[in-house]
Amino acid sequence: MNKKQINNILIWFSAIILIILIMTPGLWVVLTAFRPQVDVMAKPAVWIPRNLNLIQFETMLFGGSEGSMGRSPIPVLSYLRNSLIISFTSTFIAVLVGTIGGYGFARHNFKHKNKYFLLIMLTRTIPGISLSLPIFIIFSKIGLIDTHIGIILVFVALNIPFTIWLTDGFFRQIPRAMSEVAMTDGCTKLQAFWHIELPLSRSGIASAGIFAFLISWNEYALVSNLARSTDSKTLTVGLMDFTAQFTINWPGMCALAVFIIIPALILTFMVQKHLVTGLTFGGVKG
Amino acid sequence: MRKFLNGPWVLLMPTLIILTCVVLLPLLLSLWTSFTPFKLTKPDTLYRFVGFRNYERLIGDLDFWIAFGRTVLFLAIALNLELVFGLGIALLINKITYGQRTLRTLMMFPMMFSPILVGFQWKYIFNDNIGLMNNFLREFGVIQPIPWLVDGILANVSIMAAEIWSSTSVFAILLLAGLLGIPKDPIEAAKVDGCNSWQVFKNITLPFLMPFVFIAMTIRSLDVARAYDIVQMMTGGGPAKRTELLWTLISRTGYVDAKMGMANAMSYISIFLSIAFTFFFFYKLVEARQRLSYE
Repeated sequence: MNKKQINNILIWFSAIILIILIMTPGLWVVLTAFRPQVDVMAKPAVWIPRNLNLIQFETMLFGGSEGSMGRSPIPVLSYLRNSLIISFTSTFIAVLVGTIGGYGFARHNFKHKNKYFLLIMLTRTIPGISLSLPIFIIFSKIGLIDTHIGIILVFVALNIPFTIWLTDGFFRQIPRAMSEVAMTDGCTKLQAFWHIELPLSRSGIASAGIFAFLISWNEYALVSNLARSTDSKTLTVGLMDFTAQFTINWPGMCALAVFIIIPALILTFMVQKHLVTGLTFGGVKG
Repeated sequence: MRKFLNGPWVLLMPTLIILTCVVLLPLLLSLWTSFTPFKLTKPDTLYRFVGFRNYERLIGDLDFWIAFGRTVLFLAIALNLELVFGLGIALLINKITYGQRTLRTLMMFPMMFSPILVGFQWKYIFNDNIGLMNNFLREFGVIQPIPWLVDGILANVSIMAAEIWSSTSVFAILLLAGLLGIPKDPIEAAKVDGCNSWQVFKNITLPFLMPFVFIAMTIRSLDVARAYDIVQMMTGGGPAKRTELLWTLISRTGYVDAKMGMANAMSYISIFLSIAFTFFFFYKLVEARQRLSYE
């Protein structure tokens, strides 16, 4: 064996270890969701999965059959509904407002432009828990605590800065000349935007949207304090509530975790390619 | 009017209105509240101005400074380890030609996990009774279960592991993007001139990567506070405040003890900490970018 072959083996060996380290924690949770409670609690541990079943999911969605675990104490469907309503609505508004803003930054030069840009980004650095305190005070005064509207409003503000960062980068990649030509041919500015710049930056806007959705879907610090009941609690808050109990039904909680991860999993893989270009473009070309 | 409609401001107006209403105004209220003894249970106290009393108390509050110090230390260790691991992973994936795309996609796996989910899965893994870690160790004869989340030091190590697992891939992905963009000519020229691989790395690869390092650091410093979700899930700041970070302390003071005035004073300090981190890395990014364009 020559030096190059040894090198190759070493590289592959570390790559495999890396994959194991990355995948194990998540897969273990997913696997547990399908395992019987007895096996999960067994000592010594049962390593080879057996008797895989869907009981936890059935209990969660349809309230379990008599004699098994009893009715599910977890209102998963309410959580799921709240998560979907809040994430979709806030993403839609944030992308609408953010794309317009990103276009403004990409296509206009004005005084202190970079300072405004930085200022908008800085609103994103404020820790969720710090922001939640004054918003909690305001919302309880005007009756927005535990409502979808209140949480959506906060999530929109949370997602706008990042949408602007991403779309600004994508709009700047489109040569200005294209819309200028269209405008000399008689298009208005709005028509040029609608027919040329918007279709060209479609993938960028889509990834900004997916990103905004994921941030809303995964958010905890703000929503846990602004939501009080199943009227507006999301899946992440639900997971926290039931994991904090004294006796944890681990397979059941893992099933709930699977609910949270699946949409995120699909969306992230859809967006992965654009994400890196979007982020690094905005950063390097400044 | 026409000028306004053609200018940038009409485009930025919705953004500015929303951010003013949902971020700026609440922050002003937060600032005011931090100068009052406001308690949720006594609404009238919101209108009583007590000057810097909350801040003065904080200066003498040992619990606060311990949490503050732990937060800074935690961030310093976590960010540095994430950078080192991320760089190592990026270099490794860069070396692999077959299956590189698949590996890159797998690397994104932790990025899609919500912090609350990261906390959950590591709480499960480090569970002293049925966790993966202790079950695994038992196979090697460690019969006495290790109390990962109960012992003060081990709990901090466990939380750090969760944090590093979830955020290293941000560095790996962005640094890999940087590595793939390095022009090949200078590297080959350097090799012809007799540089060894360490010299090539130090003098060509690393300077080129620096902007990417700072992009990753800037992006990370935007959401360092998500460690709150992880800690809240894994230990809730316990045992006996051994894993208390600034953010869990704010949450406890504000919502559990209902001392909103004091919590707002703390939260101002945490906001400045976040902004300081972000500014520092953004400044470094601009600097690294300039240095690159001079050479």
